[in-house]
Amino acid sequence: MIASILSGNTHEFHDLIRPYERSVYSMALSLLQNEADAEDAAQEAFLKAFRNLKGFRAESKFSTWLVSITLNEARSRLRQKKTMKVQSLDEQPDEQGHTSPALLRDWREIPSEALERQEVRSMLQQAITDLPLIYREIFLLRDVEELTVNESAEALGITVASVKVRLHRARMMLQKKLAPQLKQANPKRRWFPWL
Amino acid sequence: MVIDCKHVWEHISGYLDGALAPEELEQVQKHLEHCEICSAILDSTRNILILTADERVFELPLGFSERLHARLEEEMRRIAPASIPESS
Repeated sequence: MIASILSGNTHEFHDLIRPYERSVYSMALSLLQNEADAEDAAQEAFLKAFRNLKGFRAESKFSTWLVSITLNEARSRLRQKKTMKVQSLDEQPDEQGHTSPALLRDWREIPSEALERQEVRSMLQQAITDLPLIYREIFLLRDVEELTVNESAEALGITVASVKVRLHRARMMLQKKLAPQLKQANPKRRWFPWL
Repeated sequence: MVIDCKHVWEHISGYLDGALAPEELEQVQKHLEHCEICSAILDSTRNILILTADERVFELPLGFSERLHARLEEEMRRIAPASIPESS
């Protein structure tokens, strides 16, 4: 399809990007923490993908290429707006510390149906957007966009070892924050009539 | 070798990714067999990763798609196909 677009069937670009609209938007929103900025950044990322389509190399996945463009667009906007509250993009991350998980004695699985509830979606959104930027980035690339460790390292310009350390910490931060909230809400609120 | 809970916590992410060395994997699995706290940490982390990766967590704003494609259409009219810049 990309060859066809480049040969002049530009309208096919609409179909090419449709499967990635949600993914690009949610990534921009998680990074920028503002719906209007996220929509604008997502649009700009797609426009840049269109303008630079000839630069796309078939050896990488189109989705991975698009994710990298989105990440760069969001980073650029964050730099311009200086809205990073926790740390600068250029600051060396503190990867030496440890993040302890929330201690639980048992875990009753929260089924995906729980996501039909706005309060659960909000809880998850908030936990992701509250992560410090370096951990949010790696979490989004690896666990949401499902990039490989190597692809994530390349997109972020960091080593594979750093990807692993940051990802571990991001996951532990999310577990620490979300597990007690979800566990507490689940039995008391009786979201599910069969419980 | 017996490992303690804190040691297991450091390996949760690697365990979930199937990235532990065989010896580490065996130690972690042995620990998980008898430690309900570490098992609950592992299960909750896995569950949270499944939930947060679900596309329903971040919904597209109403009209997002229409606005995006209208803007793209405008761009396509502005840039003739032959003049899509060569970036390589």
